[in-house]
Amino acid sequence: MQLFPCPFCGARDEREFHFMGEAGKTRPDTQQPVSDADWAAYLYDQRNDKGRVREVWMHLPCREVFGMQRDSVTMQVLGTTAFRKAGA
Amino acid sequence: MSKRYSALSLLREGLHGHRGWAPAWRTPDPKPRYDVIVIGGGGHGLATAYYLAKNHGLKNVAVLEKGWLGGGNTGRNTTVIRSNYYYPASTDLYDLSVRLYETLSRQLNFNIMFSQRGMLVLAHSEPEMELAARQVNAMQLNGADAELLSADEVRKRAPLLNFAPDARYPIHGATWQGRAGTARHDAVAWGLARAADRLGVDIIQNCEVTDVITEAGRAVGVATTKGEIRADRIGAAVAGHSSVLANLAGYSLPIQSYALQAFVTEPLKPVIDTVAFSPACGTYFSQSDKGGLVIGGGLDRVPSYGQRGNMPMQEAVLGGLCEMAPMLAKVKLLRHWAGIVDVTPDSSPIIGPSGVDGLYVNCGWGTGGFKAIPAGGYLFAHLLATGQHHEISRLFDKGRFTTGHLIDEGAASGIAH
Repeated sequence: MQLFPCPFCGARDEREFHFMGEAGKTRPDTQQPVSDADWAAYLYDQRNDKGRVREVWMHLPCREVFGMQRDSVTMQVLGTTAFRKAGA
Repeated sequence: MSKRYSALSLLREGLHGHRGWAPAWRTPDPKPRYDVIVIGGGGHGLATAYYLAKNHGLKNVAVLEKGWLGGGNTGRNTTVIRSNYYYPASTDLYDLSVRLYETLSRQLNFNIMFSQRGMLVLAHSEPEMELAARQVNAMQLNGADAELLSADEVRKRAPLLNFAPDARYPIHGATWQGRAGTARHDAVAWGLARAADRLGVDIIQNCEVTDVITEAGRAVGVATTKGEIRADRIGAAVAGHSSVLANLAGYSLPIQSYALQAFVTEPLKPVIDTVAFSPACGTYFSQSDKGGLVIGGGLDRVPSYGQRGNMPMQEAVLGGLCEMAPMLAKVKLLRHWAGIVDVTPDSSPIIGPSGVDGLYVNCGWGTGGFKAIPAGGYLFAHLLATGQHHEISRLFDKGRFTTGHLIDEGAASGIAH
């Protein structure tokens, strides 16, 4: 099994992690009218890059949500970013 | 030269040391311009080119393949063909495919070895039996063949399955589609390539598309490793890498790529003569003509472009196999591999305009592209030739994600993902 790093628990079995989506998407501003096409793009479209990717993952046992940078071809983990503020 | 394959040509060649067989297709250099370019020399791309030439009389067509024909998912699947879906739109699509497969060997003059050995989808509890009855009713209403089998009838068809009284997932019955089956996957690619080539289509291998050329917002050609090629219309049938092409050409797709694994065992004496699938075990298998068990299951859980197998899903699928048919527990694996599949939010394919004028997409087949090859090609050829959707493909347009008319087969058909 591959080990993924949880910022809270450390290296854990990949089966404990859940892929939540691509990082860096911005939710449409609902203060303004949002077209169906813009909603569809936000909800469904993915860059789905081959190579370096930035994604949002959850470590299911501790419910930590964090950013992970991977290579989607070699499956190497390149780094993680905790979304929690230090000390929180 | 033996151009047409038949028992007589085989006999004639046999008497002459098999020296007269010609290559099954030409290896042309690309022309600078075609009416239609199809990107991707897998099953869908080759079928598209074949139907463009056969149904629409468009013969100035090129298929561009970055590697070799059928070297992607067409050569990596578990060869199952079926139309046991829930929604009418899906049945229209996948049953068209089964019907086209039924006559394809004769049409192509190439034996694709389509064996309609039937498929069991097991039900492991009374509530599952009720859902199975609902599924059978839906399939019959939609015009596909389906039967509900009792446990005894399942045992007659596949006695090796786990009928033990203490089974973790006891078998209560199954849905049965008798027209489902398996085919030789390479033969599908080769047969379509040969037939398309004979109709005048240029099949160009080792020709990778590196860019899409646009003029005034319209796709007018592609840059490739064999130079620039222009066309009136371009069709992309590059499942597994659909998003890579989309990012090159500047349109977006609701697709995530995942690895889908499959396994084949050492050859055994005949143990099963149908396809058996247990949604509860997350495993399905059939036996090839060589005797190997061909085993498949669900998608990996980690998005990937790495075309190789890995441990978590191997354990899940093979664990499921041991529960489904415990007598197979000691059978040894011969090979284990993975293909990269396009997964859409509703597990249904996308056929239609890409968002860039002149460029159309056939993608998003998820775990079930092989079974849909003739229909995917048939409908995509219609779109490329006329610029208009066929009645069947209209519902599979990318626009369904904007209008909300999703065709949510992931939940409805019991596919293991």
